[in-house]
Parts: sequence; structure tokens; C-alpha cells
Amino acid sequence: MPPADYLDWLRREGRIVIVGASLAGLRGAETLRAEGFAGELTMIGDEPYEPYDRPPLSKGVLLGKAEPHHTGLPHRREIDAKWRLGVAATGLDIEARRVRLADGDEIEYDRLLITTGVRARPWPKEEEARLDGVFTLRTRDDAAALLRRLKAGPRRVFVIGAGFTGSEIASACREHGIAVTVAERAGAPLVGALGGVIGAVAADMHRENGVDLRTGVMVTALEGDTAGRVRAVHLSDESVIEADVVVVGLGAVRNTDWLAGSGLGAGPRGIACDAGCRAFDFRGIVTDDIFVAGDVARSPHALFGYQFLSLEHWGNAVAQAETAAHNMISPSAERRPHLWVPAFWSSQFGVNIKSVGVPPMGDQIMITQGSLAERRFVGVYGFQGRTIAAVSFDNTRWLEFYQRQIEKGAPFPVEFPTVDRRPEGRVPVDADFPDPALPTHGPMVTLSGYSPTDQQLVFHPARH
Amino acid sequence: MRLVVDLNRCQGYAQCAFLAPDVFAMHGEESLVYSPRAEEEQRERVARAVAACPVQAITADGLETVAGGASDAAR
Amino acid sequence: MTQTSMLRQITDFANRADPYPVYEELRKTPVLHEEDGPYLISGYHDIEALLHDPRISSDAANLAAPGADELSGPEATGLPPSFIRLDPPEHDRLRRIANSSFGPPHRPRRIENMRGQLEEIVTELIDGLGDAREFDLVDQVAYPFPVTAICRVLGVPREDEPRFRAWVDPIVAGLDPDTRTAGDSEKAAQEARLQLGMYLNGLVEQRAREPRDDMLSDLVHSHGPDGAMTTMEVLSTAVLLLIAGHETTVNLITNGMLTLLRHPGVLARLRDDPELSVRIVEELLRYEPPVQLLPQRTCITDIEVHGVTIPKGSRIWLVLGAGNRDPHRFTDPDRFDPDRQDIQHLGFGSGVHSCFGAPLARIEAQLALSQLARRLDNPRLVEDPPPYRQNAVLRGPRHLNIAVDGIR
Repeated sequence: MPPADYLDWLRREGRIVIVGASLAGLRGAETLRAEGFAGELTMIGDEPYEPYDRPPLSKGVLLGKAEPHHTGLPHRREIDAKWRLGVAATGLDIEARRVRLADGDEIEYDRLLITTGVRARPWPKEEEARLDGVFTLRTRDDAAALLRRLKAGPRRVFVIGAGFTGSEIASACREHGIAVTVAERAGAPLVGALGGVIGAVAADMHRENGVDLRTGVMVTALEGDTAGRVRAVHLSDESVIEADVVVVGLGAVRNTDWLAGSGLGAGPRGIACDAGCRAFDFRGIVTDDIFVAGDVARSPHALFGYQFLSLEHWGNAVAQAETAAHNMISPSAERRPHLWVPAFWSSQFGVNIKSVGVPPMGDQIMITQGSLAERRFVGVYGFQGRTIAAVSFDNTRWLEFYQRQIEKGAPFPVEFPTVDRRPEGRVPVDADFPDPALPTHGPMVTLSGYSPTDQQLVFHPARH
Repeated sequence: MRLVVDLNRCQGYAQCAFLAPDVFAMHGEESLVYSPRAEEEQRERVARAVAACPVQAITADGLETVAGGASDAAR
Repeated sequence: MTQTSMLRQITDFANRADPYPVYEELRKTPVLHEEDGPYLISGYHDIEALLHDPRISSDAANLAAPGADELSGPEATGLPPSFIRLDPPEHDRLRRIANSSFGPPHRPRRIENMRGQLEEIVTELIDGLGDAREFDLVDQVAYPFPVTAICRVLGVPREDEPRFRAWVDPIVAGLDPDTRTAGDSEKAAQEARLQLGMYLNGLVEQRAREPRDDMLSDLVHSHGPDGAMTTMEVLSTAVLLLIAGHETTVNLITNGMLTLLRHPGVLARLRDDPELSVRIVEELLRYEPPVQLLPQRTCITDIEVHGVTIPKGSRIWLVLGAGNRDPHRFTDPDRFDPDRQDIQHLGFGSGVHSCFGAPLARIEAQLALSQLARRLDNPRLVEDPPPYRQNAVLRGPRHLNIAVDGIR
């Protein structure tokens, strides 16, 4: 069949399978239907739920403003899919174009979209991780279980890792008046994502809100009682802190295990794909029937020297899924590159934190508006004379200006005056990111080099 | 009804929190928290919030909007 | 058509009823600069970008050559500039304090809880039309409604309206950038602003002694993390809210009714479905925005827009009314269509200075238009176009005479 005829056939009566029934999977499915795909669509998800939204789980849900099982995502349109929920994909046969499921079923496809995302990195010592009172927070079931425990009035919650999730959990605990200790291996919260200058502001926020923040320490052991409940946390500085709830906020693991041996270029850092979201196989050759989107994808980005980026970002999942879905059913001339500028938000201690670009790529930062001390500011990150990223604390209405600066590679330092430039913001300072060889908890953006087949692990969990 | 706010878009104008205060609330000056499943009796108020959002960031079941329009296509 | 005539055409009263052909011409030159006049920005995306650009100032002190300016410095008027004419951080501080008695997070329900009262006010005004067969919408409904509303919100006695109207009119006239009358109107505006401030000071002193449930009391007694406003700051904020609280909404309601009378199909739908007013008001804010342009911005450094360098200290006009009809942004922009899916208008501005009272204006316009649609029996325009107010910035009909077969 000539390619154009094949595409017509595919759009009319082909079979598309989406593995991963979360945000990216749903938006991908909607885009396929919106763009005229009339064939058979199957959605496979390992959780027994229709697609739901995760960011509220560590924010509105823990604050009591939303129910953990009520964050289902609205549908932009009917997707008329066959749902296979509560059953994980366990294998992929690229040649036979078949996905294997945990229940033994096999599902054939003509085009495959992989949106399996990430899962919470568990506490590495399995026996300790099984103690009653030890939680991770990624799924709605996680959130429901944690919330139940928080409502029961624990004496102290211990959060391992002061990344965004860990900080949001600590913030919610303090709103409920629950004592909380946060342990962070780096010198301050959020340093992996935003560097030490901003991390210092975050540290002040923790402490002012009554968080027992301990930095520069590692958790060495979780101690249980005779009934198998966690009762204390042991730190590398020899201290022991009693806690009846422990939340492990050590970032995420990409869900690629099911692809082991499939021949796809998939590994712990994700599944490599080209700018058009087509997956690479392990030889570095791009496929044309397997597409990837969302947290599990790593794709080259034009704005950042075509390095592969892995982004655990809500907006990226949406945009990349839309692009992948469009490309899946479009002729090559009409395909689009995924050119999303990384952006994320966090809400903690009543402060709105937003970022655009890739802060960890920056080596310097300057506060171009507002002041760190007032916790209302815009910080701009520079790399090799270019503006590469920006962060705002309660100053989000200016951020789109800085996004445009990033998109056009505006010079850094920022020489022009702004309406709220303070003396402290006139000169750039070291952004103070930790040595990338020692990543911190949950950096959320990972620059993972130039090789589409490199399956080496970049994130090394702490050795305990 | 299910709803979701694209908080990358949200700039804290709080129009939704004015118009549907049982569904949307400001937490601090700029952070929005909301109930992702609103009671059916809130539909009218949610519809007002969806229409008033200056950055068209709210998606809700059965309430159509197009976010960004040409401004996104241009980027 | 020479460039010099373009600015003149915008301010020319002859074009007030329909400025949109002038705007269409204007958009052909995205950054239009006349000899010593302002830089006119008319494209949607350029306006939107500049509203979020931290190199753009709203502070008159940053103008290289301050010209006609209705709300200039303290030495001229005795009142400090209100937050609409300030930059961060002062703007943010004052606006936060004002917001703490107006909206979320501190007072999330103040405006929503007024719905019933607002509905009553508009009902009474329409009842008051009696069995007239012809009436002026502006004098009978569109003006008294928002005045009554903002008086209640602030705590200003409604019966004082004739007094403060005498000061409000010259202040609003001072906002009109018509260069021919600038000198005189500027002086009159400053004097009127001072008088209005002195009048409000009487109320403020009273609220300092006996607080009530109104914004003036809250402003006087504000003591949040941002501290208190000085008395002068309270007065300039109150002047701003009182004027902005009704001088724009009167035009939104009047432009709205005029537009509906020109689109009887939409009016008929609104009669049966009051919630259609929600989309109608958003589309009106795009199609006939009550604030046509923002003439008060300047850049604090040289900036480049569309390849044109605008030198530091230049006056910049953001022509919202032109941006709202930019065909690069909206499909078929000259069509009034409340069903359009994408109505991301510039009617309330954007960025840190976006309209403070937007929720109140929305609710007032929705209530007024839906009730007018329901209660006016066979409404017809008596003259089209109606007579307009002089003002090119706050644009709307001075009178809107409507003939009816009766009031329901």
C-alpha cells in the first residue's frame, strides 16, 4: 500500500493502542479523535481508575479542599475507547506489533502511544519500606492512605526529601497543625530544581512555618516497633527522630521495566524519542509506529542544544501527547516537532512558585524584579551569556515576558532596568546548583545527554 | 462535574474565586486551589468562572472553551 | 492618509460612534509614531506582550516629557497617585491592601453575596421606568445602577451623587487625551480630584471613629502584613475605586444594550436564557470594550517592538479596542458572536494592572442586560448611532433612547 493510502486506512479503521491511562494518555486519545481518527482505540492503564489529575494530590487534597478519589480529569471530547484498566502492560513485541498484558491478553496495534509515566521511588530498603506508616505519594490511593493517617492526628510526620512534593506535604502538615520534620540531603529545599539561592528562600519558608528542616543529612534507617509500625527515623548525623508517619519523597522512577528486552531505546531515564515523539529502538534508529509522550519520554530540545530532556511536568504531558497523537496519524510533511518550553508550578506555604525554561542548566541567577527577602520576586537564570530560565515567587504575571526572552535566547546578564529592580538584583550571582554528579531529590528536569540509546542511570539514590 | 485548571496558564487573577467561591479559592495571593469535582448545583457558577478566566485555563466537563487560540499556535 | 491624521482620527469626536475602521487602518502600522505624539500599539499580541513587560511603567514620573495627565504628582493635586498610576512594589502593596477588603483570599464572597442586592437595584430602576414608551437607558439605568452599587461597596451615601458627580465629570474629561483641550481639562481635573478627595475625607474620618461593613472602613482600618494605608493613600484609592467603579460599567451596559438592539437574534435568545449574558458580556468586552485604550504607559528603557525602537521615556498607547479586533488573533473579529469559543479579550487589560473591579463589572452588566432583555417589550433604538460622550478612552453613548411597547 502506498504511504498515503496506508494513512487513510489507518485513520479510517486502524488500531491504536495507548499504554498509560493518565493525563498524557487521555489528551493523546482526545487529540486522535479530534483530528479524525475513526479506528479502534484501546486505553491500557495499570491503575483501576479512569485518567485523573495528580498535582492536586499533594496540594488541594492534603489541604482538605478536594477528595483524593475525586480528581478525575474532565474529557475535552468523547474518545470512544476500549478501556483496559487495572491491568498493567508487561511486554511489547515490536515485530508482531503486540502489547502483552499482566492478565495474559495480547493486544495488536497498528500504532502505539506509550505514556506510562513514572512512579514514586520507593524507600530502597524493602523491609523498612513495608513498615506501617511509611508512604509515598504518587497515586490517588497513596493520597487517600496518607490523608487518612494525617487526619488521625499523628504526633510527627517525617518527610524524606525536600523536593516539590516533599515541601508541599510539609506545607499541608503545618496547615493542619501537625508537627513535621523534613530531611534533605542538599543544603536547602528545592536546590535540585532551582539552585541554592532560591533554596535558601524555601528554607526560610519551611522554618517560619514551623517545619523542623534538617539539611545536609541523609536518612540511614527507618525503625519499626514490634507491631511493624514505623516509630523513628535515623539520620546520618546520628540523630534519631520519633515519627509515626514517614513520607518518602525521593523523586520518581520511569515506568519502562515492561519494555525490557523489547528492543526499544528504553531504560531508567525514559524512552528516547525524536522531536516528533517517535521512539528510538536500541540501535538508535527511529521507529515509525511507536510514539512516546509525557513523563516517560526523553526527547531532544532545540532550545537547549538538542540535549535529550526528561520532563516531569504537567504541561509537557499535555503538549507532547497532543503532538504525538497528531503525528501518529499525519503524513511526514504535516508532522510537528514538540517544542514546549518547560514550565511548572508549585504551591507551598501559601506561596505560588512558577518556573519556565530549564533552571538547572543555569550557572548564574539574578533577581530582576522584587526581592528575595519579601518572597515576591522573579529570578532569571543564565548560561553562557544566554537567558535560559526564570522562576517567580508570587510574581507570575511577569513570567511570560521571561519565557519570550528564553525563546529568543536573550543575553544574560539582564542589563535592562525593570519596574521593580532592587539593588540586590543588579549583578548576577552563582545560582548554586549542587554538583550534578550528586543529584538531589526529584529535580523534575533531567538533562540526559545526546545519545538516543544511552541507558545509563543518572539518578543515584542515596547509599544508606 | 469534573474540572481541571491548567496552573501553568493561571496567573492568579482570581476571577473564578470571585464567581464560584465554593469551587475555587485563593491560597495566599496567587495560588489557586480548587475542587476538581464540583457539585452539579455549581454548574452555573463554574460556567461563569470558565467564561471569565482571563487566561482560559479552566476545563470542565460539558463546558467548552478554547485555550489560548492563535497565541499558542504562534509559539 | 498621513500618519499625523491617525492620532487625530482616534481622538476626533466624529469617529466616536464607530472607531473600528480607524483601528483597522491603524493596525496596518503595528507601531505607529507621529512627530512628538505617543507610540500607538494596536496588534493583540503586541499589546498583550507589553502588558506583561517589566520595562513598561505606569508611573507618570517615568515620562520623559509629562504632558496632559489627569492624575499627576502630589504637588499638583494634593493627593498621591492611586495604584493605577504606580509601578510595583508600591502598586502591588496598595492593591493588595485594597483587595483584602474586596476579594479573595480575604473577602472571597463580598461581591458574590451582593448578587441579590444588585438584582434588586436593577429591578427598582426598571420598575421606575413606569409606563414610559421611550426612555434614556443611560440616565435611567446604565448610570444609576453602577453608581448605586459602588456607593454601597465603598460606603458612600448614594444621595451624595449629585455632589460628587460635579467632581467626577472633570476628572473623567481629564482622561480624554484630546490634545486640543489638554491644558484646561488637566487643571480642572486636578482641582476636581482634590475636591473629591476632601469630600471622601469626611467619610473616612467618620469611618475611623465608627467602622461599618464597607470598604472605606476596611481601608481606614487595614492592618495586614502590608501595614496600613496612610490617609492620603486611602483617599486616592477611594477616588480611584469610586470613579472606576461606575464610569466604565455605564459604558459596558450601554454599549451592551446598543449592541443587542443591533443584533435582535441574540437579544431574543437572552430573553429566554439569562445565563447567555455571561458569554454576551465577555464578547462585549472584546467587541465594544468600555476602555478603548490605555494612554498612560511609558518604557523605562529603549525597547523594540516589531523592529521599531521605542526610546526610553516615550508615551505608549495600548489601543485595546484595536487589539480586540485583530484578525491575527480572532476569526471574523468584526462580528459580534457570543457563541465564539475563544473570547480571550483585552477588555480588562492584563498583567498586574488588570481591572481591579472586573468581577463587579461582570455581574452588573450580566444582571442589567438579562433583566432588560426580559422586561422590555419590543425595544427599538430611537436613533442609530446614538449621541456619544466626548471621551475617546472611556467610550460610550451619552444617551441611548429606547422605544418600547411596555415594561414587563
